[in-house]
Amino acid sequence: MNAQTDTPTGTVTDTVRTPAVVLKDAFTELSARERAASLLDEGTFRELLGPFERLESPHLAPQGIVPQSDDGAVVARGTLGGERAVVVALDGKFQGGGIGEVNGAKLAAALELAADDWESGKPIRPVVLLETGGIRLQEANLGLLAIADIHAAIVRLRQYTPVVGVVAGMVGCFGGMGIAAGLCTDLVVTRQGRLGLNGPEVIEQEAGVEEFDSRDRALVWATIGGAARAATGLAERLVDDDVSAVADAVHGVFAAGGTEPPRSARVEDALALLARIDPARRLTARDLAELSGLPSPTDLTALTDEPNGAAK
Amino acid sequence: MTTDTAQQQSRGRDWFTRLTGAAGTTRLGSVLSAEGRLGDETVQFIAVVPDPQGRFPRAHAGETGLEEGWTLAAEVDKVIAADADRDVKRPIVAVVDVPSQAYGHREELVGIHQALAASAGAYAAARLAGHPVVAFIVGKAISGAFLAHGLQANRLVALDDDAVQVQVMGKEAAARITRRTLAEMAEAAKSVPATAYDVRSFATLGALHRLLPGDTDLEQAREVLVETVADARSGPRDLSSRLASPEARQARAASAEVRSRLAAAWEA
Repeated sequence: MNAQTDTPTGTVTDTVRTPAVVLKDAFTELSARERAASLLDEGTFRELLGPFERLESPHLAPQGIVPQSDDGAVVARGTLGGERAVVVALDGKFQGGGIGEVNGAKLAAALELAADDWESGKPIRPVVLLETGGIRLQEANLGLLAIADIHAAIVRLRQYTPVVGVVAGMVGCFGGMGIAAGLCTDLVVTRQGRLGLNGPEVIEQEAGVEEFDSRDRALVWATIGGAARAATGLAERLVDDDVSAVADAVHGVFAAGGTEPPRSARVEDALALLARIDPARRLTARDLAELSGLPSPTDLTALTDEPNGAAK
Repeated sequence: MTTDTAQQQSRGRDWFTRLTGAAGTTRLGSVLSAEGRLGDETVQFIAVVPDPQGRFPRAHAGETGLEEGWTLAAEVDKVIAADADRDVKRPIVAVVDVPSQAYGHREELVGIHQALAASAGAYAAARLAGHPVVAFIVGKAISGAFLAHGLQANRLVALDDDAVQVQVMGKEAAARITRRTLAEMAEAAKSVPATAYDVRSFATLGALHRLLPGDTDLEQAREVLVETVADARSGPRDLSSRLASPEARQARAASAEVRSRLAAAWEA
């Protein structure tokens, strides 16, 4: 499945419900547009600034890169469990989900409008589907400024409502958007969803193979994979790669009222945890869970096995 | 490798010390925080500096790492708490000279993205609470480190100096990752200002409130910071001023267009 075969607008719900080959409804098999639609109540999906509006990046063609007519971001309005909602889905298949000026502005603006709604007495539920390697290098500082706007909008919006981030995979969520995930009140992850700041390849290049061997896939998953993140308190909900499971988890956050205070505001806990870490020792996710006072992950295989179908 | 003494010197520490007259010690050697005076009010200055004695070796050279992110958040939170009952909130000036985020296995495992989210979130919360937040860029302002320390400010002020760089990845790392030479990168950046490292190129994007001459002295810097704090206080508590400048109307026209068209389409 790729961007060219996406259903551009409207009634994608039917295709979501009847995947062609997979036995279960794998969330990661869906396009960004289908992912957004799969979370919203059936028949309520309405895309804003969709592909036919041709709001694409003005910066790519001059650098020899073919732009995409939605710039790799889907903004959808609809309802979620009957409540007004906005879902923004990043398209990991376009430029690795990298944030440029336009897709970054779509995400920032959607969250700003949601915050405006709350401030004028109109509740709305925000969900961001994070599938991005970080800043799009061709747009560089324009992406950086857009990500600062996204951070600002999340912090403003979370005064009023849980802000749910979903990191399902296959690209994962890195760079400045990893920080954005860190600002969400609640994160839903799958085992295939990798979350961090610097990708393993970049760390190996910058700090050496003895620091992080990016070809050691078990180590990668046990460090930044969704199961490790959930086991160490860096994500709230670990779910199967399944459309219903992801939707249930997102609904569950709003039903429960979200995590309060959010992860990024639990400063004293984090500083106390850092003080308990022995800098001379190589640390594992299990060590970290224990130091955090969380249940030791019993099934370490689940942290280290390559998830089925995950990106290499 | 340079010596420990050389590593501890930094433009950030230098400007912080001159602005506050204080050592600015916090619980962490690499985060400085102290009160100083600007005009007739007390201001909190905060900086990230190198500390070769830090507990985590991947953050010895001024990198913003796990302890830096969470400690910045703690220092900003203290300012917010101290002024919780005051109508007029104390300004915060982030002195920015941050060459890089920390790259390491432990950093990823423990969640450096979360640590940097903590400080970005704290600065944003201070801004929303009414603290004028100004980033004074006196050295490098790179990527995740800049997002954590500076980019949530109401206003950005920078020195026009070759040592001042704003970019999404350090120069050498970007060259390695994109498999280009530094010369090739510089050539490509000529036609795409957003990919350039120099602060004048960054200024063309319109996000800077002021670009000051590189030889700006302490008194001139203070005057500009006083004016910038007043400007921040008189405006909205968001980042919208970055899109309102004449430069931004050109360089970030698409950002404005997305906002107006999305607002128009928001309700069916």
